Amino acid sequence: MHSFGYRANALLTFSVTILALMCAIASLSDNLNSPSPTAQVQVLNINWFQKKPDGDDEVSMSLNVSSNLESLFTWNTKQVFVFVAAEYDTPKNSLNQVSLWDGIIPSKEQAKFSIHTTNKYRFIDEGSNLRGKEFNLTMHWHVMPKTGKMSADKLVMTGYRLPVTYR
Amino acid sequence: MGDRSMGCLMDWQGQMLAEQLMQIMISSFAVMAFLGGYALDSFEIMLLVYAGVVVLTSVITVFNWPFFNSHPLNWLPQGGCEASKARVLSEHKPKC
Repeated sequence: MHSFGYRANALLTFSVTILALMCAIASLSDNLNSPSPTAQVQVLNINWFQKKPDGDDEVSMSLNVSSNLESLFTWNTKQVFVFVAAEYDTPKNSLNQVSLWDGIIPSKEQAKFSIHTTNKYRFIDEGSNLRGKEFNLTMHWHVMPKTGKMSADKLVMTGYRLPVTYR
Repeated sequence: MGDRSMGCLMDWQGQMLAEQLMQIMISSFAVMAFLGGYALDSFEIMLLVYAGVVVLTSVITVFNWPFFNSHPLNWLPQGGCEASKARVLSEHKPKC
């Protein structure tokens, strides 16, 4: 602690170390939060269901996605990335996951929502297996913190079925 | 750094005081900033309060305030004890 520069350096190093410690404890404090999110997805309408020229099936549907993700937000949450994926199996693949819609929720106030939308991304199969196919719609969310570890979870909703014939 | 400049800046006691003050201020105010931000549910408040604390601490402990110099060092004069005695004798020579 001899000179101005020495003390300034010591203070800067110490304060940055303490800042890192505060951020680590803030990140750990997220574990105290026990979230209880709810979600519901309705398939309102199958808009069309075709076999593309290259042989793959494609379906377009209107969805109503409603969800309450407010309990996921803590003081250390920057945003929540949420997406809805269709899951089904085929003879070729035991699990197919196709993302239909996603969104970013920047704050707790916008975490309770109900959206009426067509699928944002195309629902195309690898092959021609979708006629009469039973599928699950799963809502996944990734909680992105301001500092620390990102966490992800999902909610599976079963019982959806595609039509047997093209339309 | 000659001994004259060292005597004017900060003495050893002052340096120890400055270091302890810096560590205690920053760590205790960091705890308060964290608890305040957690209670108010605002990460931004914690960072703002902490930034203010760091600036305040640097103003108090990094600059050479006079209260850090309350135990000034008595350096021996240049040349050692003999030279000091000679100087004292020469200063007290009666005016002829």
